[in-house]
Amino acid sequence: MTAFQAGADFGDGRREETQGPRPEAIMDHAGPTAKRIIVGYGFWIFLLSDIVMFSAFFATYAVLVNETAGGPSGKDLFDLHNVAIETACLLLSSFTCGLAAIGSRAHNGLLYYGGMAATFLFGLGFLSIEMHEFAGMVGQGAGPTRSAFLSAFFTLVGCHGLHVTLGLLWLLTMVAQVFAKGYRADILRRVLCFALFWHTLDIIWVAIFTVVYLLGAGA
Amino acid sequence: MSSTDGDYDALSRTDHAPGDEPARGREVAEGVLGYLIGLGLAILLTAVSFFIAGTFLVWRPSIPIALVVLAIAQIGVHLVFFLHITTGPDNVNNVLALAFGVLIVFLILVGSLWIMYNLNQNMGPMTM
Repeated sequence: MTAFQAGADFGDGRREETQGPRPEAIMDHAGPTAKRIIVGYGFWIFLLSDIVMFSAFFATYAVLVNETAGGPSGKDLFDLHNVAIETACLLLSSFTCGLAAIGSRAHNGLLYYGGMAATFLFGLGFLSIEMHEFAGMVGQGAGPTRSAFLSAFFTLVGCHGLHVTLGLLWLLTMVAQVFAKGYRADILRRVLCFALFWHTLDIIWVAIFTVVYLLGAGA
Repeated sequence: MSSTDGDYDALSRTDHAPGDEPARGREVAEGVLGYLIGLGLAILLTAVSFFIAGTFLVWRPSIPIALVVLAIAQIGVHLVFFLHITTGPDNVNNVLALAFGVLIVFLILVGSLWIMYNLNQNMGPMTM
């Protein structure tokens, strides 16, 4: 992968991928890698660094999980019924996001817009349940200032919720861009990155519902 | 269109981006089938996780380990079926980046827990 080759026109979506001046001396065998692969790979590196950031929050949470300062613990607070609905919402949204990605590649409007709409609705459902849960906890005096456990809880789960919120804004942007500009290569690269982002949020949620909710509430 | 095709022609040549199908990625039915399999496996693993967390049918001390194993399995399902991270030769860069990420995550988690547990043990009871 000749990554230095791509640096020249990185960020300018309107230029062609495999064209433009290139010194033959630094070309080794297969030619320049498609910009889609370089962009996807770079975004994959970013997502892994995001996962590393979350792992620090997970470590903080695991260290502080028993420091409730006499306040409520996870067993008192967590409602697994809500968590199951949240999990279903996010898993289904990940699936419909995959359908939208297929639709974008096949230039299939029904699959793309339908998939994106379903993803948005499931994501919004997840977010509203989570906001409701947070508001309920703060309402009964179990806000992030109550104990170290709750600080770590709100940091970890809230950070994931913030990612979902930003993802929803990004989703709307991608729908608008495809609608306005069509299935152009640069737009499709952004759709690819969005889909990666959304699937990664679901992966982080798998870790959250296992470590925070299931281990915290029952076992 | 031509610029899009350029992206996909190159895609089938050597590497492929994470999230792209290993094939040309144009066959809608095949792609949907892959996501359906992933969804089915993920639902199965999630359901087992939620069931096992509240059940008394198994030996209780084994449940945390079972939950962690199920979560890792589900993350694997997501990586393969949703992010299309595979072991194919066109995916080596993606897998290596993932491996490095997993190493860092492992170091942060195990290191933090180990150090903090030790500090906690050695601190002794605090008198206010």
